[in-house]
Amino acid sequence: MASIDIKAPGTSQLFIGNEAIARGALEAGIGFAAAYPGTPSSEILGSLAQVAKNVGIYAEWSINEIVAMEAAAGASYAGIRALAAMKQNGINVVSDFLSNLVMTGTGKAGLVLVSCDDPSAISSSNEQDTRPVAKWLDIPLVEPGDFQEAKDMTKWLFDLAEELGTVCMLRSVTRIAHARGNVKIGELPKKQFKARFEQIHDLKSVMPTTYIPMPSPFRHFLLHMKLDKARDKFESSSFNRYVGPDKADLLIVTSGSCWLYSQDAVDALNLRDKVGILKLGTLWPLPEKFIAQYLNKSDKVLFVEEIDPFIERSIMELAGNFPPDIKRPIFCGKRSGHLNAFGELNPDMVIKAVSSILGLAYQSRDSEYHKKAEALIKSNVPDRTMTFCAGCPHRATFWSIKNALKLDGREGFVTGDIGCYSMALGPAGFFQVRTMHCMGGGAGVANGLGKLGQFGFDQPIIAVVGDSTFYHATIPALINGIYNRSNFILVILDNGATAMTGFQPHPGTGMTAMGEPTQIVSMEALCRALGARVEVCDPFDLKSTTSTLLNIMAEDGGAKVAIMRRKCELVRAKQNKAPYKVHVDSNKCIGEACGCDRLCTRIFLCPGLVWDKTTGKSKIDEVICSGCGVCVDICPQGAIVREAA
Amino acid sequence: MTKKQLKKDPLNLIITGVGGQGNVMISLIIGNAFVRDGFCVTVGETYGASQRGGPVMSHMRISKNTQYSPFIPEGCADIILGMEPVETLRMLGKYGNSDVVTIVNPRPIYSVDVTAGHAQYPDLDKLIETIKDLSSKTWLINATDEAQKMGSHMFANAILIGALIGSGVLPLDRKSVEPVLLETFPKEIETNLAAFDKGIKLVKS
Repeated sequence: MASIDIKAPGTSQLFIGNEAIARGALEAGIGFAAAYPGTPSSEILGSLAQVAKNVGIYAEWSINEIVAMEAAAGASYAGIRALAAMKQNGINVVSDFLSNLVMTGTGKAGLVLVSCDDPSAISSSNEQDTRPVAKWLDIPLVEPGDFQEAKDMTKWLFDLAEELGTVCMLRSVTRIAHARGNVKIGELPKKQFKARFEQIHDLKSVMPTTYIPMPSPFRHFLLHMKLDKARDKFESSSFNRYVGPDKADLLIVTSGSCWLYSQDAVDALNLRDKVGILKLGTLWPLPEKFIAQYLNKSDKVLFVEEIDPFIERSIMELAGNFPPDIKRPIFCGKRSGHLNAFGELNPDMVIKAVSSILGLAYQSRDSEYHKKAEALIKSNVPDRTMTFCAGCPHRATFWSIKNALKLDGREGFVTGDIGCYSMALGPAGFFQVRTMHCMGGGAGVANGLGKLGQFGFDQPIIAVVGDSTFYHATIPALINGIYNRSNFILVILDNGATAMTGFQPHPGTGMTAMGEPTQIVSMEALCRALGARVEVCDPFDLKSTTSTLLNIMAEDGGAKVAIMRRKCELVRAKQNKAPYKVHVDSNKCIGEACGCDRLCTRIFLCPGLVWDKTTGKSKIDEVICSGCGVCVDICPQGAIVREAA
Repeated sequence: MTKKQLKKDPLNLIITGVGGQGNVMISLIIGNAFVRDGFCVTVGETYGASQRGGPVMSHMRISKNTQYSPFIPEGCADIILGMEPVETLRMLGKYGNSDVVTIVNPRPIYSVDVTAGHAQYPDLDKLIETIKDLSSKTWLINATDEAQKMGSHMFANAILIGALIGSGVLPLDRKSVEPVLLETFPKEIETNLAAFDKGIKLVKS
């Protein structure tokens, strides 16, 4: 379990793709790294920050992705190799800066942007392929096909970015970023950094060192020249290769984790001598000549890629320019319906597509076992819906929100956004959340709803954001609500960490990515300075939280703020012991006869509480219970008991 | 380093349980032990939902030379290490075959769906019978109970790792795993090693 700065060149380490990317950046001699956490990208900056002091680089969790990208560009301008990393949503946030950055070009030192996509949106609100952004904004784009390439490609990309003088993008997906594999590591450079922003005031100079995107058409022309140069480099890149027979029944064109799935599929079908695989690592601009020489390996081509038909469409464009006498293969992929243009792929999907094209039958296990397994799991495997952890402050907050909205009686509702608290749209948060989009989106939507009073709108609106989200994307929406007097309550779930992505610090925590204490940017001081009424609640105090919310709801006027402050239970559990030992007094719990409709186990739904069918009473699962003691206050019989632990 | 022999290449191991139980930690320990012994390992994890009570699985592909994909194809698991019985069965349903072996902690963790009454947790005896029915061999390891006897349910993972090694289904021995355990649990190494040995003993009894 080596740290990414391990010195032992030539040895194999078991790294997740993100660690491999971080190692590649270290081997490339970066001095600066910035990111905003987001699954599946977080461990890139996380692992760099962990070793930053040791290797003498700087790493930060920036307030959001655009600041991370801008900060990294700043470092590049002063001659320091820099990296910015983010998940797919972050690419949307940085796109405004990026569209200018490609015109200005980067500094003397290479600048690399890493984008981690999340096919199937396993840990995301949206599913989005960021590769088209590279095409859209003229950014050289690469994608590693395994863990070793994630390291090697990152290292190489810094050289390329530096040579081209433009930002280069590495795209990864969940099954590279978060999967783990062998990475043979190289040397870490011994580097003396010297940062300086060189200013040339020589009037005779054609191009003084000013990073401005103007004159735009000329800069755009220069950018296209850089792309042509990138294409030339890509034509001979070893990250693109063909494996398979000289003449194949089928040619698979693939990249990223799909390269691994394609090999699995060809192996499973025992088709190594019949199916060729063209594995691409440099995706934009496409190495056209390299690709053209392999397209005639077969008269059928299957594109295997996640998520959009990006390579598929680009190669079809390319084929459109072939001379008329050149025979075009039959193109299969997402357009033909052999694979989906949504969701992540896996070896089984590729096996199915290849079998269908070649008319083969495939069976992975004997049919008797298959039938038996299908039948037996149907009746024996209950669902396991995700929920807030035992002891999560969000459960308590949404309990109070639900009760306050009910007591208020005007059919108020919650607008939400992205974080652990997104689960409040389901049973975990008592189905309270009605809208969910991007970071801070709930507060923006609330701004509109809160101005509809003149049209008869009288429902209270609670916009819920996480603490990290508050700093990332909510402050402009709050200012807008105060300035334009929009009537909503902003509830900030302050659990003291960016919890969903691995407890990264943020400006409210007083700690930097590199573990240095720093000034806390107080959210209540900030909100009060903006002129908002601000209340701070302990969500574990259900009674007081509910009454505070009711009280704010009764007030008219502009945006108001309620901060729910309680440490994330997973962070708390690492720092100190459980406050209480909780048990159910079986004499007091009267089960179904209570009339509470099993409030604790049917509605409150903390996984630490279970229903004992044999006794017909609730009980605590001591392995799961975190000892927060909140459930004591919801039991109408007073049957749940907490004792100081 | 001379490589120990794999019974099959790739050897496909699934580690499954409920978010928060320690799936990722077990796969890391086993994976690192294999890499130390010179193997090529790929591990695919369920992340994101991992702390929040959902079903989780780690797919491990162990090979002499090849970096396989982080997904085991359906019906192609060789070994399933189940930290929870229903999750073991969920994996057997999709990845099991007539040769698969299972090592199972039979301690149930009820989902909120079960607690709320929206779903039924199967009768435990019947559940274990079903797991045995779909496996060529099954070891039941009461890891949670044994761990609680040692002071905390947290030691269940080291017991299960011990059982996995002691069962002989992997070409790994105590010597390969011990240094990785040392790296993982520097503070509580003695209890974890004791738990690991307990697992070896349980699987052999």
